[in-house]
Amino acid sequence: MIQNNPIGRIIAHIILIVGILIVAFPIYYTFVASTQTLQDIIRPPLSLLPGGHFWENYSSALFGGIGKIGGVGVDRLLLNTLVMALGIAIGKIIISILSAYAIVFFRFPGRMFFFWFIFITLMLPVEVRILPTYKIMVDLGLIDTYTGLILPLMASATATLLFRQFFMTIPGELVEAARVDGAGPWRFFKDILLPLSKTNIAALFVILFIYGWTQYLWPLLMTNRNDMATIVIGLRKMIDFTDANTQWHLVMVTCILAILPPILVVVLMQRWFVRGLVETEK
Amino acid sequence: MASVELTDVRKVYGSSVEAVKGVNISINDGALCVLVGPSGCGKSTLLRMIAGLESITDGTVKIDSTVVNNLGPAERDIAMVFQNYALYPHMKVYDNMAYGLRNRGMPKDEIDKRVRDAAQILELTQLLERRPKELSGGQRQRVAMGRAIVRSPKVFLFDEPLSNLDAKLRGQMRVEIKNLQRQLGVTSVYVTHDQLEAMTLADILVVMNGGAVEQIGAPLDIYEKPASTFVASFIGAPPMNLVPVTADGSGLILKDGTRIGAQGLAVPISGAVIGFRPEDLEVSAGTNTHIGGLALDLKVLGVEPVGAESYVYGIIGGERVVVRVSGRSTSQTDDHLRVIIPKEKLHLFNEAGKRI
Repeated sequence: MIQNNPIGRIIAHIILIVGILIVAFPIYYTFVASTQTLQDIIRPPLSLLPGGHFWENYSSALFGGIGKIGGVGVDRLLLNTLVMALGIAIGKIIISILSAYAIVFFRFPGRMFFFWFIFITLMLPVEVRILPTYKIMVDLGLIDTYTGLILPLMASATATLLFRQFFMTIPGELVEAARVDGAGPWRFFKDILLPLSKTNIAALFVILFIYGWTQYLWPLLMTNRNDMATIVIGLRKMIDFTDANTQWHLVMVTCILAILPPILVVVLMQRWFVRGLVETEK
Repeated sequence: MASVELTDVRKVYGSSVEAVKGVNISINDGALCVLVGPSGCGKSTLLRMIAGLESITDGTVKIDSTVVNNLGPAERDIAMVFQNYALYPHMKVYDNMAYGLRNRGMPKDEIDKRVRDAAQILELTQLLERRPKELSGGQRQRVAMGRAIVRSPKVFLFDEPLSNLDAKLRGQMRVEIKNLQRQLGVTSVYVTHDQLEAMTLADILVVMNGGAVEQIGAPLDIYEKPASTFVASFIGAPPMNLVPVTADGSGLILKDGTRIGAQGLAVPISGAVIGFRPEDLEVSAGTNTHIGGLALDLKVLGVEPVGAESYVYGIIGGERVVVRVSGRSTSQTDDHLRVIIPKEKLHLFNEAGKRI
């Protein structure tokens, strides 16, 4: 390996730094733009250093009247997105862990049929089934509701598969020891399986939270009212193509605000997340 | 504490694979019964049937004269020690031991007392707050034992509990298990493929082969009077030497055509197998001084000194045999030795391998 070679180490660092710069620069640039006035932004070149309008822009986006999109504040959009992302992440984890539990640890007629049925849905991208799903949601009257936003995105073959693979690595003797110890199916799940799965759950939560947070197509279809829109939809609505009326500095502020919660989730759960991905604690 | 009784217990997988073929064993209260046999002989399946982890196709299993065929593992009042210990990885040692008691709704202080008592017996008191992955193999083994002890069940079941330990620790734990079992007086069934473990631990030894019981008895009885060539070659290390012979009116004929005196042995004309333990051979200095035994020529293939004794490997009548000599052997490869098997040390088996 090149670990002890100083030149190799320098090259490795240069590559890493360049990589970070490429990834981080747009975000930094967004932040810079969010601290400028509209006039500064639309008159290039934009300075590479943050401007002096941080508080002004952020408070007007969060609390002021200018930032409102069709009469709805950014806080409402953030709340909607949070509910949706949490709903999808938590709901998906609950459903998939339970179905994986059933498939791995119970023998019932049609077990493999159900497994393959779940598995096959993996091959259908969301977009393929989006119209039938939309029709169902309309018939159920779930347009402009949280339920309508969350429910169709909850069923997930990927998460079920992930849990299934993990459960299959749990030694049979452990299951038998629990049986001898008098743990029924529910106790076994609660006392043994759940604690053992917590790193997997954490990793999945991070992935699913971001997945839910960044949804665009589905909320676009499901929401008509402005007060049910998510932050990503809100961003899109803030950008006005017909006239040059777009409040770019506020758009940038909203961008930063939209990025923050996922970053927070990743940072807070990073330890668990990494462990869930690399470690199989047994 | 209880007796365990197996009557015509059978296990059939699918429609035709017979893993256990009608086993009858009766274990007295407080006895330690060892099931021994090569892998795939059905010993683990049998144990799991007693535990209730495997359904019973036919026959009855009685614990304490109650038929338990249709009871779940938790209702049979048994405790099991698994080969890989099967400790709950996320629980501390204390919780590992307490878990089964909590599930039975035992009061907290009673659980605490039992766990601490068991920990004391097994010298685990210092480790109660640790997790299984912070323990060594021997300590994990102890926790697995502790988990069984705290329950004070009617029967202990051991499924090759020592096979994941290194040789030294295995010997140590073997003694500990034996002492513990004596001390607690709990009826136990112990599965192993290691004949040494089987010999040293067992009150009753059950030798199994191909899903059926080959022989049941006290370990030394089995050693001295193996019921078949299978048992003879499985129990004892190095195993018993087995030499096939045929007979005619005047004596015995070995496989390579060597004739030897029959010495009053009633060998059927059709043929038989004579067996003798490696330690029962006497190496004779002279050429033909047999005193009431079979005198045979042995061609030395090699010598293995192991310290207190030496194993001389050689060929008698075309069959490979081992002779155990105390101390050092002066024999060299290709030497010819005269060995004598005293008549009372001879085992005779018929063509089918059964003892005559």
